[in-house]
Amino acid sequence: MPTEELANIDIDRTRGDFRYDEKHAFDAGTGLTHDTIDYIVNVKGEPEWIRDWRHKALDIFLSKPMPTHWASKDLENIIFQDIRYYLSGGQKPSRSWEDVPADVKRTFERLGIPEQERKFLAGVEAQFDSEAVYSNIKKAVGEQGVIFMGSTEALKEHPEIFRKWFGKVIPTGDNKFSALNSAVFSGGSFIYVPPGVKVKHPLQAYFRINAENFGQFERTLIIADEGSEVMYMEGCTAPKFETATLHSAVVELVALKGAKIQYVTVQNWSANVFNLVTKRAVAHEMAEVKWIDCNIGSRLTMKYPGVVLKGRKARGEVISIALASDGQHQDTGAKMIHAADETTSNVVSKSISVGTGRATYRGLVHVPKHLKGCKNNTECDALLINSTARTDTYPAITVRGTGNACQHEASVSQISAEQIFYMQQRGLTEAQAMSLSVNGFVNDLVREFPMEYSVELKRLIDLEMEGSVG
Amino acid sequence: MSSLIINDLHVRIGEKEIIRGLTLEIPKGEVHAIMGPNGSGKSTLSKAIGGHPDYTVTKGEVLLDGENILGLGPDERSRKGLFLAFQYPMEIPGVSNANFLRAALQARLPEGEELEATDYYAQLYAEMDKLEMARTFTSRSVNEGFSGGEKKRNEILQMAMLKPSYAILDETDSGLDIDALRIVSAGVNAQRGPNLGVLVITHYQRLLDYIVPDYVHVMVEGRIVQSGGKELALELEEKGYDFIREGITEPALA
Repeated sequence: MPTEELANIDIDRTRGDFRYDEKHAFDAGTGLTHDTIDYIVNVKGEPEWIRDWRHKALDIFLSKPMPTHWASKDLENIIFQDIRYYLSGGQKPSRSWEDVPADVKRTFERLGIPEQERKFLAGVEAQFDSEAVYSNIKKAVGEQGVIFMGSTEALKEHPEIFRKWFGKVIPTGDNKFSALNSAVFSGGSFIYVPPGVKVKHPLQAYFRINAENFGQFERTLIIADEGSEVMYMEGCTAPKFETATLHSAVVELVALKGAKIQYVTVQNWSANVFNLVTKRAVAHEMAEVKWIDCNIGSRLTMKYPGVVLKGRKARGEVISIALASDGQHQDTGAKMIHAADETTSNVVSKSISVGTGRATYRGLVHVPKHLKGCKNNTECDALLINSTARTDTYPAITVRGTGNACQHEASVSQISAEQIFYMQQRGLTEAQAMSLSVNGFVNDLVREFPMEYSVELKRLIDLEMEGSVG
Repeated sequence: MSSLIINDLHVRIGEKEIIRGLTLEIPKGEVHAIMGPNGSGKSTLSKAIGGHPDYTVTKGEVLLDGENILGLGPDERSRKGLFLAFQYPMEIPGVSNANFLRAALQARLPEGEELEATDYYAQLYAEMDKLEMARTFTSRSVNEGFSGGEKKRNEILQMAMLKPSYAILDETDSGLDIDALRIVSAGVNAQRGPNLGVLVITHYQRLLDYIVPDYVHVMVEGRIVQSGGKELALELEEKGYDFIREGITEPALA
């Protein structure tokens, strides 16, 4: 029964609470100064251009105010001077799980990563605190010329591709947290798919925070060259700590002419993590970028995946599910910047607020006057479970010109007591009834996730619902 | 002990007493009908027996095979064998009929036991055939966008699958055209037998032409005021509820 499952999860979290601190060969200490930057650059052995880049980014970060004039005041509770910005075991990512330190390996085994890799993935990268501990790509995929490695390695091994696109989709000064990431980034994936190559199976990264008072700042850059196709999936977890943890990633995607990128996220951070992520893609002519995003965990998530539709007939899509449980705030949405004729975008967002949870949708759709034949469709649906739950929608839609179309639909619904009674009358417990209703609400979107993820999603929803009733 | 016994039941919604001392016994194998004018408390009775949280039982007991179920949650009552066919079945968007029924059946199994999918579908299809339901029905969301007739058929299908010991059919005939009424009634009749007690709640006699009851009770203002055989329904149809109302003034005062 679910109660037992809950107990199991608690055991999981306790196991995750192991301290690996003593094994951190490198620890930048708490607080963020220019010395921290030099420490990180020196430890990572990075080139000088990155050192300059990071120092400039830190200045931008320090000069930018917190965006609390529009965002949650909870951001003020992040104490930047108490956070550790770099922690690593000091070893290079292994190509084989056998070479990963036993305790770290065990963590990922518990999360099922090696098993998934064997079953259905083309490649896996596993990050533990600041650095990747494992990174591998199936031989056949590598032979097609696909590059999949940690961004730290990539900037050294493939500077010609890396530098060309790095920071181009999301400039350092885009927002306070993209500047922070640019200053202290470590880890994250780099993917390059050569022209015409279609990667059959997904590439996956798993981000694990294990240390308290820590900030994880991975940086991911994916370039799909002309006519290529790739699907990338990321999962993330952290054990439950007493103090706040910060996760602030930057993800840049470049889909060149006719390329297709699907980026799937299942975020299940523990409830003390500030998850402040900037994700954006550029889609060139005929290219398609699809963000499939699921936010279940964290204390506060702020994430608005975007697509800049730069080339004619480019297509952008954001499919997102957010579940805000007691005390959580899922502030998510999408940005669609139309910058060429006949570009289309689609946003479907569903959120569920439980207990005192709050789900916020922010959507930006921009179609300038000179464009023709652009289309946007936005649907956002919110489901409120309790009367204490909250949902907000902030659409910002600018559609100019005469030949463009935009459609925005929003709905808020509640699971009614009558519906729960009906289901209970058929023998389901209140929690089972809730769970089934919520799963029904997100069902059409869950289908967009790869099978393994949709099963996991359903399980996570069941767990959250179990906890939400008496 | 094989009966559903309602004993001196009093039910309130808020401050208003709706059921005012109702007593009725439905043994397994029998079909009882409750008829009554609008506002007599017929639907309140079914919701209260089902355990709806808005209905407060202030007095009395409901014994299912000898066990008082009033302290139990609606789901426990269901798993003990009580079934309510709703007057207004609820829509559950995004949840397919097949998954819903499966979850309901799964909830009846002991912990750790999984419902056997092949058997389940075989049984589901067989019952659907009896109710003349298309196979596409299984993947549609529960009651979403259903016509009145489809919703009622779905209730009877759920009943057939869950195999209750006692079923209360609340205004099952409302919103049905004559063809749907025939199919739904045939579905109920097929389930009649020594292991099922049925309480049919209806405003009109019409339904009782199809589901012929063993006993008919007349409910007025929260009480059973008259009981009789199936011919009582015909008498009511002919003379109207006023005839009963006039008849009860005296005993009610006595």
